[in-house]
Amino acid sequence: MTAVTLPASPGRDASRRPVPWRRMAWVTWRQHRLTVAGLVAVLGAVSLYLLMIGQQARAFNAIAGHSLTLTAALFQVIPALIGAFVGAPVLAKELETGTFRYTWTQGFGRARWTVATLAPLAVTVTVLAGAVGFLFSWCYEPLIGGRYGSSLLAGNTFDLHSVAFAAWTLTAFSIGVLAGILIRRVVPAMFATLVAWSGLAVVTGVFLRPHYEAPLVTSRPNLPRTDWVMSQWWTRGGKPVSSSTIDEVLQKAGAKVSGGAVIQSPGSALGNMSPTQYLLHHGFTQVMSYQPASRFWPFQWIEGGWLLALSLLLMGTAVWLVRRRAT
Amino acid sequence: MNVIESSGLEKRYGGTWALRECTLAIPDGHVAALVGPNGAGKTTLLNLAVGLTAPTSGIVTVLGGTPPGSPAALDGIAFVAQDAPLYKNLSVADILHLTRNLNRYFDQGYAEARLGELGIPLSRKTGKLSGGQQAQLAPSLALARRPRLLVLDEPMAMLDPLARHDFMATVMTAVADDGVSVVLSSHVLAELERVADYLILLSRGSVQVAGEVDDLLACHRVLTGPAVEADRYTEQLAVVHARRGEAQAHLLIRTNGSTDPVPRGWEAYPVSLEELALAYLREPGAASLPGPARAGHAEPTEVAL
Repeated sequence: MTAVTLPASPGRDASRRPVPWRRMAWVTWRQHRLTVAGLVAVLGAVSLYLLMIGQQARAFNAIAGHSLTLTAALFQVIPALIGAFVGAPVLAKELETGTFRYTWTQGFGRARWTVATLAPLAVTVTVLAGAVGFLFSWCYEPLIGGRYGSSLLAGNTFDLHSVAFAAWTLTAFSIGVLAGILIRRVVPAMFATLVAWSGLAVVTGVFLRPHYEAPLVTSRPNLPRTDWVMSQWWTRGGKPVSSSTIDEVLQKAGAKVSGGAVIQSPGSALGNMSPTQYLLHHGFTQVMSYQPASRFWPFQWIEGGWLLALSLLLMGTAVWLVRRRAT
Repeated sequence: MNVIESSGLEKRYGGTWALRECTLAIPDGHVAALVGPNGAGKTTLLNLAVGLTAPTSGIVTVLGGTPPGSPAALDGIAFVAQDAPLYKNLSVADILHLTRNLNRYFDQGYAEARLGELGIPLSRKTGKLSGGQQAQLAPSLALARRPRLLVLDEPMAMLDPLARHDFMATVMTAVADDGVSVVLSSHVLAELERVADYLILLSRGSVQVAGEVDDLLACHRVLTGPAVEADRYTEQLAVVHARRGEAQAHLLIRTNGSTDPVPRGWEAYPVSLEELALAYLREPGAASLPGPARAGHAEPTEVAL
């Protein structure tokens, strides 16, 4: 039998002020400190590596440039992994282990609990990723326009820079959180996060990013390498010329054209000229559409902006789902 | 005041109805036992009452008209889910701290004293506690919140008989000292007899019987007599469940008071809560019988007296 008795009932004030938000600070820290520690350790190691490469890049351009291009591909997966390992378990683990039945029936309230858990984690993840992103930009700086860093806008490094990297990481985290409440199991939610994030990243790179602003068009022959050339075509007298016409012209001049590639045969009308030079000399004009290098920062902020909005939407949906149905 | 009141409450998971037309009113100041076979909707009803689930249709309120899951309801109700899941990698002290942070009121002194009595070390991770200790930890935390209503889903499933006894003693102390109302679901009918003073029998998702235990016991009895005569009385009397042997028949009947005549050659015995519950569990259709114990299909307030 028990000897412990309960003291007199506590006063129940009529106002019923909710449990203050600050009380969740310790709870969130205690529940996620291992995750945060792991995140700091991994991103710390990445940062050390970037510092090293950055130093090298300033001393010996080529070697560092080479290793940076190689690692850029690896860096792409960092946001996805953060989404899978930090974002997905936040709600999925509660649901999978059943602890939500305990936590979500405490006085704090489950929707507020979710907000108070997600907000600090989202900020932490974004700030840490942003720091790594800035470090990457610093590393990459000496290579801009060089042999390896063709354009900051093009290809596979745009989303590794400062603002975009932070935004993509936050998006991955938010996708993970939403996948967690929808799927309610940790491992499937992690996989779903990887797939969904990768899909979004590819779609953005291929279909969205080139259109953040209308590309400029120029017939200037030599664009700086830092500009992002998106397409090029020939015109004559202001009218576009199809590629088959170009092939015909070159064939008449004695060059063999096979599959778009021009094979110069000796003694042809091309002489010492390259096919491009030949065409330019015969009244053709090469036109290019491109995004100038100066649009790098506007594009970073545009991408960061809509990804931030998307992340808030995803996390808001997660909070709404928690509020709406727990079981 | 009713600690849990529902009217036409229904819950469907996919194509399965977990709760149908569930209308009940559990008055405060009771230890109410929720009994029913597996799949009768006990856990669903409790989840609805603590706000973890939203009803498909119908209404459920707690603590005298408060919507489940609202700040006032969360503040006044402590819920211990089946298997009492807690964060396995957190120490007992951390769980105490977590619970204190998540509630407006938490009696740290009570919690520590109670855990000390149970021999649960504060420094141990909850995942390393024995099954019985884990099952005791969650209710101790719940009581330390000093709720007005304690909701326990199968709290004794993981406890050995001694721990069950001790657990129920703790709950009863809280009831006596603090006036906390308790709603608990359980399969352990024998244990309920000692503690429950209100019974709700759920069957196939709706209320079969609900009422104060004393009233229910007073208006049921067992008649024992020759098996050959049993059929005659099943027609005349409100028989809940008939058990026929070779020579003797046992009829559990519902009476309208003590005035009912006992047929000649038959003997009447009072029923135990366990017998009563088992009889109704064996006869899911028996709720349609007339009588005071009929669960409020139309007027829940009638039951709440």
